[in-house]
Amino acid sequence: MTSTLDRTDSDPAGSVAEAGTVEHLDLLEAHAVFVMREVAAECERPALLFSGGKDSAVLLRLAEKAFRPGRFPFPIVHIDTGHNFPEVLEFRDRRVAELGERLEVASVQAAIDAGLVADPGPGGSRNRLQTTALLEAIRGHRFDACIGGARRDEDKARAKERILSFRDTFGQWDPKRQRPELWQLYSGTVADGEHLRAFPLSDWTELDVWQYIARERIELPSIYYAHRRAVVERDGMLLAVSDWVRPTEGEAVTDQTVRFRTVGDATCTGAVRSTATTVEQIVAEVAASRVSERGATRADDRFSETAMEDRKREGYF
Amino acid sequence: MTTLATTAQSAPGAASMDLLRFAAVGSVDDGKSTLIGRLLHDTKQLFDDQLAAINAASERRGVGGVDLSFVTDGLRAEREQGITIDVAYRYAATPARKFIIADCPGHVQYTRNMATGASTADLALVVIDASQGLREQTRRHVCIAALLGVRQLVVTANKMDLTDWDTGAFARVEAEIRALARRLLVPACTVIPVSALHGDNVATRSAAAPWYDGPTVLEALEQAPAGGWAGANGAHEGSGARLPVQWILRQPGGGRTYAGMVNGGSLRNGDEVVIVPSGRRTRITSLSTPDGARTDAPVGLSVSIGLADDIDVSRGDLIAAADDVPEVATELDATVCWFAERPLEHGSRLRVKHTTRVTPGQVAAVTGRLDVNDLTVSATETLGENDIGTVRLSTAAPLAVDPYRRNRITGSFILIDPVTHATVAAGMVGLPHLAPDEDR
Repeated sequence: MTSTLDRTDSDPAGSVAEAGTVEHLDLLEAHAVFVMREVAAECERPALLFSGGKDSAVLLRLAEKAFRPGRFPFPIVHIDTGHNFPEVLEFRDRRVAELGERLEVASVQAAIDAGLVADPGPGGSRNRLQTTALLEAIRGHRFDACIGGARRDEDKARAKERILSFRDTFGQWDPKRQRPELWQLYSGTVADGEHLRAFPLSDWTELDVWQYIARERIELPSIYYAHRRAVVERDGMLLAVSDWVRPTEGEAVTDQTVRFRTVGDATCTGAVRSTATTVEQIVAEVAASRVSERGATRADDRFSETAMEDRKREGYF
Repeated sequence: MTTLATTAQSAPGAASMDLLRFAAVGSVDDGKSTLIGRLLHDTKQLFDDQLAAINAASERRGVGGVDLSFVTDGLRAEREQGITIDVAYRYAATPARKFIIADCPGHVQYTRNMATGASTADLALVVIDASQGLREQTRRHVCIAALLGVRQLVVTANKMDLTDWDTGAFARVEAEIRALARRLLVPACTVIPVSALHGDNVATRSAAAPWYDGPTVLEALEQAPAGGWAGANGAHEGSGARLPVQWILRQPGGGRTYAGMVNGGSLRNGDEVVIVPSGRRTRITSLSTPDGARTDAPVGLSVSIGLADDIDVSRGDLIAAADDVPEVATELDATVCWFAERPLEHGSRLRVKHTTRVTPGQVAAVTGRLDVNDLTVSATETLGENDIGTVRLSTAAPLAVDPYRRNRITGSFILIDPVTHATVAAGMVGLPHLAPDEDR
């Protein structure tokens, strides 16, 4: 018996058609739909968090599957850092219009203007400031559940989190005091001021997400596919040159063929060198990758050994 | 891509056969996280940056060499103390199948988290320090896993290097765990001598134990029957098809369909069904997933169904196969794992979540406590934190229940504290099934 999976020898694009794999995606989909319906049924004022990234594009498709022909029983909420890739905002507005659903935008700029947080300045990451804007939106709208696209395979702290994850009145996650979560009995009740984060994609891997995008022909912002772009290399990452990312002394701007593996604040989301222009090519690339999704692309995870845990404790996504 | 022919098959009515969900259980410090880390490392499931981060963290903490427990012990407090606090979920794939791994904490204080990890497992990977033997916490974990319906154990006699690969130490662990599995009526139990620290018999066969000719841990996990913890293989006996109504979809032009996840067995278009608890009988006239109409709906799929008669069906009701209808009860005997600091006692008022229904409930009586060491149930008035016991429960609304042994979905419930909203117990309909102790 062969006992190891050599990622570079596998043929993931071919495996989409395999019966077993298709069934695996069917079960992941069925479970995610189940989670969304439980949240909608048990919570008073849920919301769906949408970043414009691939995972939230998948969430929108799952919401259609869970609730059509009805309307979504929640608004779509975007926490806007103000440091956006224009392709992502264009995609967001078009998708929301196509769906005919309600969009709420919570702005980090507004939080800065209101004096709630300090502007890190041009080029500074607004990643961490999103937490303030998010918690303000949750308080303002009195959301008791926020459905998000986070996955357990993304990070070692996320690997520990429940599918319905409790937040106290300060929005904090306490990894030592998580509610037990037995079987598929998701408990949606919280006291006033507390809320839940719900993660229907918890058991999905990056490869599952891409295979699902391929199967469902889900549209994504164009920056997920290989394109030419002016970039600077900083801390081992390729950052797109923009109004917020300018080359500093000694940094060379080069024109490269890249794509984005994740989408976040433009100041801390790195591009990867890639020539994959189709979803099938990306599935093959992801399956062969030796570097994790966030490891390749996210400066915000590099602050410390437990950067994600620390941010989650404060109320981050 | 090489796929073993035997794993690509899927039985009708069962969940995916190529996915095994397993939980690593056992006492603190017996090496669960190190074993999972070793398994992932040796099967090349770790990304380069993850491995580099683990190397760096090991060096920073001066553990000497690479501490593979850091693969799943990702929290700051876990790495400081060298323990697991909460379940870590990891995802792996070999050419044989996919795995969802729940690395559970060993401390008695975190038993609730272990139960969380084991509640959706097809198999328990039991880790025992062979130099120490079975501890009370190992027995508690195996007991909880068995009560939760886990029907197969892969047991590692770990730290065999500390015993100089002593066949006597292995034989003692094997005898003890086999006796425990027999008492708990767990039919499948594979015992493997292992050193997780050095990788012996984890993914590769060890030369250190020439006397052992069974499978490695990886082989045992690849060969174990899978099929979905809640699917046909998840139940001890199996029940008819059930669909707890989750959400009602209003269709354009009038009419409603009832959405939920199928369990117990397949539903087919045209099937006679009974709405529980009302007892109204009707027939399925349409059956669809979000992708369109189907003729049947296997276990584990989220579907919506239309019914022939316009009758009152709400969230929390259950649509059941007419030839196998669950019992409707407002009073039931159940086995519970109690997780709260305050005791569970006669008169305790709680909320009960069963399938998609939440209803007030009250403990009519605490009827027994299970001693995990000798597996006897003795009379008691209260259950303390992490106790396993039996209760008689009254509920405000009638519940459509199956014995847990027949159906892990309709046979399970949780108890919720009405003030804090915390989940304080895992409940299983029916009393524990134990074999008599042959040694007495």
